[in-house]
Amino acid sequence: MPTEEIDVAPEIQTELATVALIGNPNSGKTTLFNALTGLRQKIANYPGVTVEKKIGVFMTQHGREARMIDLPGTYSLTPQSPDEAVTRDVLLGVLPDTPRPDRVVCVVDAANLERNLYLASQVIELGVPTIIALNMIDLAQTNGDTIDVAELSRRIGVPVIPCSANTRAGLAELRIALSAPAGAPPDWKVPLPPLVDQSLEMIRTELPPNHHLGFAQIRAILILLLTDERADRLVVGLGWEHMRHRFRTARASLLEKLPTWQEDSIGARYGRIGEICEGVLRRGADAVDAKTSFTDRADAVLIHPVWGWLIFLTIMGLMFTSIFTLANYPMDGIKWLFGQAGEWVSTALPPGDLRSLITDGVIKGVGGVVVFLPQILILFLFIGLLEDSGYMARAAFIMDRVMSGVGLHGKSFIPLLSSYACAIPGIMATRTIENPKDRLATIMVAPFMSCSARLPVYGLMIATLFPTDDVPAWQKAGLLMGMYALGTLTAFAFAWLFKRTILRGRPLPLVLELPPYRRPSLRTVLQGMLDRAKAFIRRAGTIILGLSILLWALAYYPKSGAEKPDDQLAQSFAGRMGKFIEPALVPLGLNWKIGIGLIGAQAAREVFVSTVAVVYSVGGADNNAEAGTDSVRKALLEDKWPDGRLVFTPLVCLTIMIYFVFSMQCIATLAVVRRETNTWRWPVFLFFYMTGFAYLASLVFYQVGTRLGY
Amino acid sequence: MPSEFPTPRLSDLEPGAQAVVVGFHGELEPLKRLREMGLVNGTRVKFLRWAPLGDPLEIELRGYRLSLRRHDAEQIEVRPIQPPVAG
Repeated sequence: MPTEEIDVAPEIQTELATVALIGNPNSGKTTLFNALTGLRQKIANYPGVTVEKKIGVFMTQHGREARMIDLPGTYSLTPQSPDEAVTRDVLLGVLPDTPRPDRVVCVVDAANLERNLYLASQVIELGVPTIIALNMIDLAQTNGDTIDVAELSRRIGVPVIPCSANTRAGLAELRIALSAPAGAPPDWKVPLPPLVDQSLEMIRTELPPNHHLGFAQIRAILILLLTDERADRLVVGLGWEHMRHRFRTARASLLEKLPTWQEDSIGARYGRIGEICEGVLRRGADAVDAKTSFTDRADAVLIHPVWGWLIFLTIMGLMFTSIFTLANYPMDGIKWLFGQAGEWVSTALPPGDLRSLITDGVIKGVGGVVVFLPQILILFLFIGLLEDSGYMARAAFIMDRVMSGVGLHGKSFIPLLSSYACAIPGIMATRTIENPKDRLATIMVAPFMSCSARLPVYGLMIATLFPTDDVPAWQKAGLLMGMYALGTLTAFAFAWLFKRTILRGRPLPLVLELPPYRRPSLRTVLQGMLDRAKAFIRRAGTIILGLSILLWALAYYPKSGAEKPDDQLAQSFAGRMGKFIEPALVPLGLNWKIGIGLIGAQAAREVFVSTVAVVYSVGGADNNAEAGTDSVRKALLEDKWPDGRLVFTPLVCLTIMIYFVFSMQCIATLAVVRRETNTWRWPVFLFFYMTGFAYLASLVFYQVGTRLGY
Repeated sequence: MPSEFPTPRLSDLEPGAQAVVVGFHGELEPLKRLREMGLVNGTRVKFLRWAPLGDPLEIELRGYRLSLRRHDAEQIEVRPIQPPVAG
């Protein structure tokens, strides 16, 4: 098996044939992609958009290499999200850096033939040689459905290959079909009202001559242009900019003369599909009527008003417990590894700038982030299993009422939940939300969910707040829970606010398919985990590494020549910054030393603990922060203001915790938001609104607390 | 509520009831995707259930299951059909 290192760079290798893989969500498209390409996959982004571009290399039956693009799943070529627009635009070859596909494999769920043929018929009309992969044929047969494949192929005019990506049945036949020369494009088109056809014909005669496109294809493209007002990229890509105005007026005049032509053409397409399926598809025991399939019986329990909730909460609890307990072992291992690496460098290199850079900058900085990798893997293991088994859609179904109360989507639930572990995978998981505004609202509030990087800070503050060990554990746990609840409620409140202000938009209906339950494909789940892990590591190796070095430099320079690390830190740029911002911190009850910690936490929250440890001079800079919680706590409790008052009163500890609940202190999250929104505007806004709110909330809390005599 | 509507809506169906879609209200855009997924005039649907919190609802059509919110289901006119008598 070739390794993933194989270069499948899409830019240069033009001699490779390109096959586009397209299909409905839940059609088994990704499973088929993995089965055909194995590990030879690469993930990139389409230029200018934040849509994930998955490319793999596969072998045709003749042993020739070909490139396969896994297009985002969609129900229709009239897009409702950026992902779906990419699917359409790749098919038409108008995206830069992505060759127009030579072939299309349209994955059609055999157990759900009619709806899947809607997209397939649109694809076929576009004129790219298409092969239908009639996937999950085994499932359809189990259901008692029979499909006359030969007749279906004859009626629809393209090869139809029955297969099962899960059992890998029919893949050889699919490869053979891909090796065979493409036949003439089928002469199939959706019937339209005469007036629409006339209008399309008029526009066609005005278009510049194009030798690649036949009549039927141009008609199909024009239908797509007239049904989507935001198809600008397509218009430009086809070289039809000068016709923009013409399309707009045609759209308006058609809507005026035949207000329902779009609805009618959707209906007409289903009418055609009905004719095709007539006699080809024979459903088993009258499907719509009383048939108790496995899915029926499972849903009776899993969406039950009582059992449904119990099971839902149990699954979520299990997921959480695993993230926080199971992940501990590999996390300790990673910490140990990075510690060893640090020690090794310390012995191998003479003391000095370089050694400090490598141990304190690179190893500590990157190690502090990579340590969360096990949590991310476990989270995506759960997400993959839930998604692939079909339960995820049920979770969204159950939770939609709760989420819609604040204007969010049922699918926002998992990303928010994931953010308890780390906002980065949470934000990456928002990709399943089609509506861009819902997705953005979810991204903008996800960092309020208390992530595991806040735990060390909460831990230290709770330990300082309850210095004696006779405080019952439930009080500490209750306080911790309170911090989680505070973050969650604030996330909901801001989502509500955003959906009513900056992210208000035409409400898109919830359209949620509840696919039949099935045994998850381990391969698909593992591939998903691997993809996330790679993306995470890549970030840790680039942006996080750079910022860690920057932060290290701030704390290391200019050098004072002082022996003690705390003196050095006080003299450093970071120390000066701490003193500089102290006037802003005093109203919060904080001094400049805590200020240095806050500056350190700006890169990643847990850095607060290690920075504070250095500031309060508990051991040298190489000291392990975890081991030192007790001594840090002791040092904090002894810190006094110049007038002799204690700095770390219970009120101050709570103020710091509240600040950490709300504040945006994670460079990695900002980098991910930048990547996912494709603009600096949103991460900048995210940073200022969260940090501003954190400051205000802490200020009010501390000031009110002081007035009340705490 | 039902008295406001001359024809029953998808949201008025009882769990287990079957109906045929006969019309849509409101603008095209919000419900376009539902139509593209096969919920068009003449489509036979079976109402399965409400979500535990009372919204959204789940229906079966064309051999698959779909969930939509009450608000959208209220825009869809249906003609209930009698289930075939067993035996």
